[in-house]
Amino acid sequence: MNIVNQLQRQFIDFSTSLHREGFVDDQFTQLQKLQDENSPDFVVEVVSLFFEDCEKLINNMARALEQTQGVDFKQVDASVHQLKGSSSSIGAMRVKNACISFRSFCEAQNREGCLRCLQQVTHEYSLLKNKLQTLFTLEQQILAAGGSIPVVD
Amino acid sequence: MMLGNCATSSSLSTESDEDIVNNNLTVLVVDDSPMIRKLHDMHLKKFGLKVQVAENGKNAVDLFRSGASFNLILMDKEMPIMDGAEVTKELRTMGVTSMIVGVTSLDSIFDRQAFMEAGLDHCFTKPLTTENIIFLLQELNKKNNEEN
Repeated sequence: MNIVNQLQRQFIDFSTSLHREGFVDDQFTQLQKLQDENSPDFVVEVVSLFFEDCEKLINNMARALEQTQGVDFKQVDASVHQLKGSSSSIGAMRVKNACISFRSFCEAQNREGCLRCLQQVTHEYSLLKNKLQTLFTLEQQILAAGGSIPVVD
Repeated sequence: MMLGNCATSSSLSTESDEDIVNNNLTVLVVDDSPMIRKLHDMHLKKFGLKVQVAENGKNAVDLFRSGASFNLILMDKEMPIMDGAEVTKELRTMGVTSMIVGVTSLDSIFDRQAFMEAGLDHCFTKPLTTENIIFLLQELNKKNNEEN
């Protein structure tokens, strides 16, 4: 097996594992299908915007939950709701699911529960970021070796 | 204007996808998320649509006030300054008859119904899918045929 085939095999296996482990769902596949030769960096650009969103919203949630005078759970919920929307739009399934749990603690006005969920959301975001960076690195390696990126359905 | 149409619409006609692509329809995407604007822009352009984006409701209203017009407006609900329902009401008051479609992650049926009642023609859950776009293009073609 030559280097391109090896890299392509690695890419397919890694992609498959991202879906199997629930990091991404079919919406991410749909996102990848939108990319074409006119916009070769589309997925990387959208994912970068998503991670910027994540960081901003996680900071908002953390600041709101730190308030010793009284937590504004509506404010926390608004940020979680936004993150849930963006994560479902790019297929970031585990982040989205973490947001769903988070919202129920916001509704219950349970600060401890919210703090645990914030930790979970932050953890899922970090994991996903690493996984997608690995995926994009594999893509670059395939292209650099003269190959094309396999379509994984 | 249809109320209570806040589910994914799957009633596709026998019109092929090739018939729907390459039209001159214009779309305004109103969403405060740069990521969502980029996503919708790319997705809609795949169908040959001409897309413009607005970062918030006030910009959308200003565009119409300056004389712009669009066949379709995709409207987010949760936005700063003016939310999607306020923008929709304002556009309808101004006499805008474009198809306005909510694209939202609102969970409560009550909230979605209230958004519809602001003047939407349809309302979809985020993320917007290919099936949603095909449905909207079919509805737009029907609307254009009725008006001509």
